[in-house]
Amino acid sequence: MASLWRYLLAGLGLAALLVGILAVVYLTAPRSSQPAGPDVSRTKNTDNGLFVASFLPERGVVRQGELESWLLTLKTKAGAPVEGAAIAISGGMPQHNHGLPTSPQATDYLGDGRYRIEGVKFTMSGWWQLHFAISATAGSDTVLFNVVL
Amino acid sequence: MRHFPRFLALLAAVVLAGCGKPDFSDAEKRTVASLALSALPSLKPDTTNRFADVPAAAALGSTLFFDQGMSRDGTVSCSTCHKIDRQFQDDLPQAVGVGHTNRRTMPLAGVARDPWFFWDGRRDSLWAQALTPLENPLEQAGNRTAYAHYMKARFGERYERIFGPLPEFSGMPLNASPLGNDAEKAAWNAMSGAQRDAINGVYANIGKAIAAFERSIEPVPTRFDRFALDLATGAEAKGDAAFSQEEILGLKLFIGKANCVTCHNGPRFTDNSFHNTGVPPVADLPPDRGRIDAVAQVEADPFNCLGAYRDGDARACGELRFMVKDGPQLMRAYKTPSLRGAATRPPYMHAGQFSSLDEVVAHYAKAAPSVEGTSEVHPLELSDRERAALVAFLKTLAE
Repeated sequence: MASLWRYLLAGLGLAALLVGILAVVYLTAPRSSQPAGPDVSRTKNTDNGLFVASFLPERGVVRQGELESWLLTLKTKAGAPVEGAAIAISGGMPQHNHGLPTSPQATDYLGDGRYRIEGVKFTMSGWWQLHFAISATAGSDTVLFNVVL
Repeated sequence: MRHFPRFLALLAAVVLAGCGKPDFSDAEKRTVASLALSALPSLKPDTTNRFADVPAAAALGSTLFFDQGMSRDGTVSCSTCHKIDRQFQDDLPQAVGVGHTNRRTMPLAGVARDPWFFWDGRRDSLWAQALTPLENPLEQAGNRTAYAHYMKARFGERYERIFGPLPEFSGMPLNASPLGNDAEKAAWNAMSGAQRDAINGVYANIGKAIAAFERSIEPVPTRFDRFALDLATGAEAKGDAAFSQEEILGLKLFIGKANCVTCHNGPRFTDNSFHNTGVPPVADLPPDRGRIDAVAQVEADPFNCLGAYRDGDARACGELRFMVKDGPQLMRAYKTPSLRGAATRPPYMHAGQFSSLDEVVAHYAKAAPSVEGTSEVHPLELSDRERAALVAFLKTLAE
């Protein structure tokens, strides 16, 4: 009988230990793990597959509330730089139903398919979209980048 | 049975861990920290105003700010509406200068950090803003040539020590301005280009001096900031830094379910942008369409960042170069005001539409559609207790 008690107690102890570990895991886990958000990849094929576009902040970091420059790099599928492209930019916050607080523009061609996009400003945290309409000798195409702050 | 105490201890640890759950999640703590005054960066230099940080210019600007001589009839100064003992505002639904205006006076704490000025952003620098009421017939109602003459007569020596020689005034009319009455406009048009440029130069310097003074008006730490500091460091809040359960609920709603922090973000509680939030017009005032009508005004302003009176180079003009010029979202869009000190300065909104914070919170919860354009605000279920909690939290930003 004594050994049965011991097994029972050991079992209870183990169960309690399990509860304890689960509790620790639960309590220390990040509270609001992001729900599957939008695709925030910085390099994409354009919608009709004409170009490969990448969109990165020029200074590497994104700061809320500051006017910043970004670089849009356009390459062909074969990896050749796309030169002389006309670029129109629009966007906004899909969850707040409003547009961008500024009108970003492509202000400079830096060579090697890189275009400087000036006047980008994210005034609040959340999900932003930037839509590029690109027109070059190879044709016209569009691409959408998501930025989540 | 010798394991039993150990089992009890383990059980107690698990239970206690559950009780010790922090009041704020890590994400909430980050948001609270982002709102604290300690997160406010130091004031950037204003390269468009090379006198911005010149003490003598700030001192002259301070004199001008309180000088009723800076008006058509000698009764109105900047400080008539921007009252020094009232957070530099006047507690009125609409400002009253020489005449009755159609907009609420804005407080000035932290104003030098704004990218846009006035409720609709019709000016793009603090010094260009300061010039606008001087010639508005409802505010100071003067004209720029008269102000230039006044500077020479009253402050000539001080002016020249800061800005260099005043121009030759002989042959210049006493009253002339492109924005004045018919006689003043005619006199302005009769002046030579060089004369107009000389007057505009003196006039711009008046704005630059006033702006240099206004740069010293900064937000002060509040109970919320003391609470935020303790939350960030994990210290136990003492004295007035301790929040009541109601204030904590209000803060959590502010940064959570009530979505206030979407626009009222950062240590100044503003995104410095323009939004249509469905605030109703005031019956007897002239039509007011907000930002959509301000775009052309700031573009036409000769004192804007791209104009001839800016110091430094045009790299400082990003806000103007990349501003949104059209689009339905500009209709009846107004600047997000800072909420610091708001609790002790009713009435609220761009024309003082609401007389209490309770009314403001009720407006945002109801989210009535805009009379023109589309409100960005969505209706929100808030209990009476939750509304009162939001107001209680807002009061901690004014104590």
